[in-house]
Amino acid sequence: MSQELVVALAGNPNCGKSTLFNELTGGRQHVSNYPGITVERKEGFFNFNGLRLKIVDLPGTYSLTAYSLEELVARDFIVDEKPHVVVNIVDATSLERHLYLTVQLLELGVPVVLALNMMDMVEQRGMSIDKEKLSKRLGIPIVPMVARSGKGKEELIRTIIQTAQNPRNNNIFTISYGPDVDHFLHEMEKLIDEKKFLTDKYPSRWIALKYLEEDQQIMEKGDAVSKEFSDYLKSMAGKVADHISKTLETYPEAVIADYRYGFITALLKDGIIQRQSVPGGRELTDVLDRILTNRLLGPIIMILILYLVYTVTFTYSELPVEWVNKLFEWLAKAVNKVLPEGPLQSLIVDGIIGGVGNVFSFVPLIMLMFFCIAVLEDTGYLARVAYMLDRIFRVFGLHGNSVMAFIIGGGIAGGCAVPGVMATRTLRSSKERLATILTTPFMNCGAKLPVYAMIIATFFETQRAQIMVVLTLFSWLIALVVAWILRSTILKGPPTPFLLELPVYRLPTLKGLIIHTWERTWQYIKKAGTIIVAITVLLWALMSYPKPPEEMIKNAGPEDKNRIELEYSVAGRIGKGLTLVSHLCGFDWKINVALFGGFAAKEVILSTLGTAYALGSEDGNEEAANTSLSQRIKDDPQWTPLLAWVFMIFIMIYAPCIATLAVIAKETGGVKWSLFALVFNTLVAFTIATIIYQVGRII
Amino acid sequence: MGKRIILMRHMAEGQKGIIHSIKATGELGRRVRDMGLTPGTPIEIQGRAPLKDPVAIKVRDFRLTLRNNEADYIEVEVEGNDS
Repeated sequence: MSQELVVALAGNPNCGKSTLFNELTGGRQHVSNYPGITVERKEGFFNFNGLRLKIVDLPGTYSLTAYSLEELVARDFIVDEKPHVVVNIVDATSLERHLYLTVQLLELGVPVVLALNMMDMVEQRGMSIDKEKLSKRLGIPIVPMVARSGKGKEELIRTIIQTAQNPRNNNIFTISYGPDVDHFLHEMEKLIDEKKFLTDKYPSRWIALKYLEEDQQIMEKGDAVSKEFSDYLKSMAGKVADHISKTLETYPEAVIADYRYGFITALLKDGIIQRQSVPGGRELTDVLDRILTNRLLGPIIMILILYLVYTVTFTYSELPVEWVNKLFEWLAKAVNKVLPEGPLQSLIVDGIIGGVGNVFSFVPLIMLMFFCIAVLEDTGYLARVAYMLDRIFRVFGLHGNSVMAFIIGGGIAGGCAVPGVMATRTLRSSKERLATILTTPFMNCGAKLPVYAMIIATFFETQRAQIMVVLTLFSWLIALVVAWILRSTILKGPPTPFLLELPVYRLPTLKGLIIHTWERTWQYIKKAGTIIVAITVLLWALMSYPKPPEEMIKNAGPEDKNRIELEYSVAGRIGKGLTLVSHLCGFDWKINVALFGGFAAKEVILSTLGTAYALGSEDGNEEAANTSLSQRIKDDPQWTPLLAWVFMIFIMIYAPCIATLAVIAKETGGVKWSLFALVFNTLVAFTIATIIYQVGRII
Repeated sequence: MGKRIILMRHMAEGQKGIIHSIKATGELGRRVRDMGLTPGTPIEIQGRAPLKDPVAIKVRDFRLTLRNNEADYIEVEVEGNDS
């Protein structure tokens, strides 16, 4: 039984934390979500000299307050799970800001090892860091590193093990918060020690500090232990606040932060950082930013890059998607040969194989999309996209990075909402993210295009291009307007502060890109996959059962038999029942049942419509099927150009497909928003379709 | 050359200054401080987005962008006479 050491990795976003994590654990990592929230928990293992090290990658945070989910998760992990060592990785080129988190970790009294990352950049910039002095001042071991190349990894591992095996004496690191605060802090600390108030978990001075900062989480915990004493501490904190607001016109939390930075600035100025100016020392990032965020060139380059992401995602995935589909077609044929015709064969072929095929047909798309996004993110360009587009998207209550979701979701016509919804992970603010998730499915994904194509071929052959432009613009309009409505009603709230770091431009490491892409894809298969298969089977059952009695289909030909079976099934009856309301936008039961089928995947709309019109399913000959469907629709007096428009707009807006709903559930941590999207989008679609239809009829 | 205090919004590209005070409270105040913007910190305006908003600044050896309506809570001491 070898000993296991638990090591937590803490650090700011963009400090190279995930690079180090990948470097330490390689591909052997496990990603899950913290229970009930959408913050990821990454763990990995490796062995060193007979020791097993468990590395937990905490979410990247700038601070350790309890106001964002990430910060809360990081803090709780350190306090509750008591890792043997916390490795705090910092970007040595901007120590001044990064040490702000370090100071807070030290105040928590946990064993810290400081990893000074990006030492190669430090040298390039003509800076030098006196690490012995810094180590002595902070009282913790320091390891200089270059995480990208793995330089310093060995020394870091040795230092971790050494620190874990020789716990420091309990001399908790303290800094002065100035005459206005220190006196009270000391008083509170003494009282907390006497009462043993929460001291089993937290250092007493730290608890006092949190009362001064009005930390919600700690005050709630305190109330639960002893309401009386907790209230007393609050009143003391209130006195400090009064005093500070009278004398300094500010508040304790601000004073505490200012003193922390003051401590860091003084520390670094005291001979720890030396700078020589480098000749010709304009940094590459500044040069690149001059071009890439230039008033004229910036937007042009951005449009080109976004278009490139879109084409890479969708052209390079065509072949693999085709292979996947061919594989499942072959599988279906093979099973058809083996099993006798009947309900079991139909269940396995149409239900299960169809569902699994549905899941896997998205995999190439998702992989490429995450690869592109990982490239944009790791290079630092994604932050510039948010910077350039923020002004536009803010108007609708969204975030500059919402653009990624919209474009991948089909903003240029032909994307896919599944990777689109997953692309919202780059948004850190929850309300903006939700509004983006809920509106991404309005975009014209690749599955809606064949339906448009058939309708356009039937009614508007000569105006193909114009109609596609109208549909694309309309989808953006709907998405932005609905986002704005959501953000002013159920997702109401002030805009999340935008403050965003513009990281230095860097070349991404291939290892990081591959790990990142694979992890996300695997999560999709595991989490969303099961839901998709289950609901596909359920829909198949609804569209196949109950079977009509023998006498109904006795004299029917094969095409009519399929039509009668569909009409007799639960789905057919639902379609018929819905005509009560759907006649308002001109839809008969055939259209309704096709839309119901389209809920499994929008591609199903055409084949179901074909069945409802009693067309033979011409295996493998889609073109012929579509032409004959087009002919049937032309011959059907209820189909007018107006109904054609209403039909296309309804398909654009109504319920997202199962795969998208599954991903929404996964990304939002519950089915609540999936159900909302299902009902809400359908209602929006119905309302708009009805208005167009009724107004169109009058005109 | 005198000194004067202006809002960050009114600074020109390339202009340098020292943060004089931060009027933001609540979540914005916290986020501003987490990012290392505190009184006495030198900053430099790097540029503005194509639509003039947000603004990009250099502070404590890194780059940061914030919206103009967030920059309005930050007063900066700059070189120059009142004009």
